Amino acid sequence: MSGRSLPLVIVGASYAGLQIAASAREFGFEEPIYLFGEEAHAPYQRPPLSKGLLTGKASEEQLPLRAAQFYAENRIELVTGTRVAAFDAVARRVRLANGQELDYGWLALATGASCRPLDVPGAGLAGVFQLRTLDDALSLKEFAHGAQRVCVVGGGYIGLEVAAALRAQDKQVTVVQGASRVLNRSVPAVLSSFFEDAHARHGVALRTGRCVRAIHGQAGRVAAMELDDASRIECEMVVFGIGVIPNFQLAAQAGLVISDGIDTDLCGRTSAPRVLAAGDVACMELPLWPGAPSRLRLQSIQAANDGAKAAAATVVGRVQPCESVPWFWSDQFDLKLQMAGLALPGDQVVVRGDMASEKFSVGYLRAGRLVAMHSVNRPAEHMLARKLIAAQARIPPAQLADPSHDLKQALAPAPAVA
Amino acid sequence: MPTIHYIHPDGQRTTVEAKPGTSVMEAAIRNNVRGIDAECGGSCSCATCHVYVDPAFFARLPPADDMESELLEGVAAPREATSRLSCQITMSAEFDGITVRIPVKQS
Repeated sequence: MSGRSLPLVIVGASYAGLQIAASAREFGFEEPIYLFGEEAHAPYQRPPLSKGLLTGKASEEQLPLRAAQFYAENRIELVTGTRVAAFDAVARRVRLANGQELDYGWLALATGASCRPLDVPGAGLAGVFQLRTLDDALSLKEFAHGAQRVCVVGGGYIGLEVAAALRAQDKQVTVVQGASRVLNRSVPAVLSSFFEDAHARHGVALRTGRCVRAIHGQAGRVAAMELDDASRIECEMVVFGIGVIPNFQLAAQAGLVISDGIDTDLCGRTSAPRVLAAGDVACMELPLWPGAPSRLRLQSIQAANDGAKAAAATVVGRVQPCESVPWFWSDQFDLKLQMAGLALPGDQVVVRGDMASEKFSVGYLRAGRLVAMHSVNRPAEHMLARKLIAAQARIPPAQLADPSHDLKQALAPAPAVA
Repeated sequence: MPTIHYIHPDGQRTTVEAKPGTSVMEAAIRNNVRGIDAECGGSCSCATCHVYVDPAFFARLPPADDMESELLEGVAAPREATSRLSCQITMSAEFDGITVRIPVKQS
């Protein structure tokens, strides 16, 4: 290579993109860093968009992830409102939508994901909203002021959080979920029914096992939703959260290996030299966790941050594989659900504590070891679970089920055998 | 505006002004104070905005609620008697001049 200093070019300016930039500087990377984002906003927090921002607990001013001087101080060239149109992994060059080209020394793809579109007649009516970006959230919030009846399509985390936030503002809320239970892809039936009960108790109407056939309008605005059993729900507003599609088009065009997302190893490396990926778009290898798949596209702030740190280490020539225990949380009404580890079908499910008290955990054992824990209003247990899972602690089911048994004991080394 | 003094693990001190109503965590993020990660953005979920509060101020703060107390059990750096999560400390004139020490690690 010539002595020319080639930049680290990061595509996508949210959690993963920002963290790659921040960690690269922290690890001593000296070359220029460009951080390209398509949105007009500097990187901001996303969790409040479906929670505090809608209820008014959080405001837009509280959302920036970093102050403006952070970028200046760390010599990170943040370029917002700019789309990267393509890159050439052989010439090591990106092309912006405006035709400008830029050579890179390292390229990091943190392009995230987009909402899966609601593909039914009437989806284009005024009053139909998705929720991914700050602009989505602000327009949804504004429209909600003038709406009294809201239909939420999708009983995943986004759908349930939005339902809870709007219900807290006294809207009449109906959640329509295609599967037979809410959160069906991430929690076992016992937790699904817990959350279904909680939503019902707070006055959310739930229609599981039903799909949307059409949205009917009046004068261009939402008036009702029609389900596949021909029932109609009158409403002024529809919010859909039916999953996402990773934004891997750039990588696919450049010929990178794609599975559920852009395939990377534990260090964030893709199939192309000097091209990294992290965040919601990355389908990262998993450490050798017994029973777990070999790779997975984890969508969480934790996965974005930790994947980004591993990628940034790669940029400075360090091998720092991402081996952290996944964790994630969701706030609905006064319920804080915190998840640690990776639960899989077939794991032994053990309830710890009284679910009716709304303070309990559900632990998952695989071959006798704790592999995951879902905690409701039990933050200490969640924090401990992260340590126990990392240690692959063996816990007998009876002890796991007994809230009076101190799980910390499972962290201590086994007593020596005399 | 009330001021907050942050003391870094190396002894360096950063002083910032905070609008009343903002948290000690938010003031750190807005003013580019290092060492407070706040991965969950202040929703009391992650325990990565841990600080040690000056004892004189600690005694005057509204006590930690159940959630915060539980999360404090899981902080990455040692928990001390005056450990708090900075996202749960809301600034007002009363706490003008509060001093918090930033721990060596948050995760």
